[in-house]
Amino acid sequence: MANDSDNKAGLYRRALLTGLWRENPTFRLLIGMCPPLAVTTAVKPALTMGISVIFVLVCSNLVTSLMRNLLKSHLRIIMFTLNIATFVTICDLFLRAYAPRMSEILGAYVPLIIVNCIIIFRAEVCASKSGPIVSILDGIGTGSGFTIALCILAGIREVLATGCFFDIRVMPNSFVPWLAMRMPVGAFVTLGLLLGLANVMTMKKES
Amino acid sequence: MDRFYVLLMGFLSVVLVNNFVFTKFLGTCPYLGVSGRIDSAFGMGLAVTFVTALSGTLTWLVDFYILTPLGLEVTRYICYIVIIAGAVQLVEMYVRKFFPSLYDAFGIFLPLISTNCVILGVCLFINIWGTNNLLEVVVLSAGVGIGFTVAICIMAGIREELALADVPKSFKDAPITLITAGILTLAFMGFAGMIK
Repeated sequence: MANDSDNKAGLYRRALLTGLWRENPTFRLLIGMCPPLAVTTAVKPALTMGISVIFVLVCSNLVTSLMRNLLKSHLRIIMFTLNIATFVTICDLFLRAYAPRMSEILGAYVPLIIVNCIIIFRAEVCASKSGPIVSILDGIGTGSGFTIALCILAGIREVLATGCFFDIRVMPNSFVPWLAMRMPVGAFVTLGLLLGLANVMTMKKES
Repeated sequence: MDRFYVLLMGFLSVVLVNNFVFTKFLGTCPYLGVSGRIDSAFGMGLAVTFVTALSGTLTWLVDFYILTPLGLEVTRYICYIVIIAGAVQLVEMYVRKFFPSLYDAFGIFLPLISTNCVILGVCLFINIWGTNNLLEVVVLSAGVGIGFTVAICIMAGIREELALADVPKSFKDAPITLITAGILTLAFMGFAGMIK
């Protein structure tokens, strides 16, 4: 992100857009792979998870960016993690208070955002080197890319496993639900196929 | 004898039936990243087992004797993370000083695993399961580590063969690994229902 161009608008736009596809954490960088597999049995929990990650990512990027001149390199990682853990705690308590059912479904995966590589990765690569505005935009962009990936995966799995999308029935009544899609095997295979598809699309674009 | 039976069942349950990698998707990153060769996968597995056993026990002790009596559950996640990072650092220093050959074997993996979700996952799930017996906690957290080792070693073995297979270019590496992992979870579903 260390770009010498004084074209601020371009810099902001790039910060916002890179995470959406070119550096999409799930499809292109393959980091933070636990939640895409674990919480995507339906779209609602996936969306909740995605929004939680956006919140944590934006807050932690902002704080990291503000304290970037105070960071000591050997204590860097633990500073990032403590900072992230604080925001994850806020997010977890908020969900428990206002969306208790969602919080129950997501269970341990909300606190597990702390060790999600995406957030530390963005703190290390972007927020500890650039100003607060770029960091916030980067958080929104990367977080949205992650959320979109989660929702695509969850959409496919929910439709095939239950015949519903967002709890609304979309498949004809004669459709027999694929139970396997609910199970871990559905998560792994769907994500594998989607990654293959993403690779095909990238190759087409390049050639 | 009864107690021993409970411990054994709990152990088998986390290694086979509720294997963290296959049923809870924890530790998928190293599972996809490191599992290219059996010996490095085994080294990683051992390191993870060591740290899960240590940090699972430590976090349970802190939770049970300090946080809960003082009503500080809100700070739980922050405490867990500090304990895990501390445990990893401690293990690394200790192993480097006293077992240099072991350090060479899995030294590179140690700093990496402080951000491995299996470790934090163990601490959180022990909390969710509501285990209230130190011996059980030790057995369960070591069992999770061993389950991870089993999973990652099986995967590494398959991937050593996969490297020779003729996979379509766009499905090389991660996609085919994920699909293989999916089929592997099907195999492990055979254990489901064996223990509750």
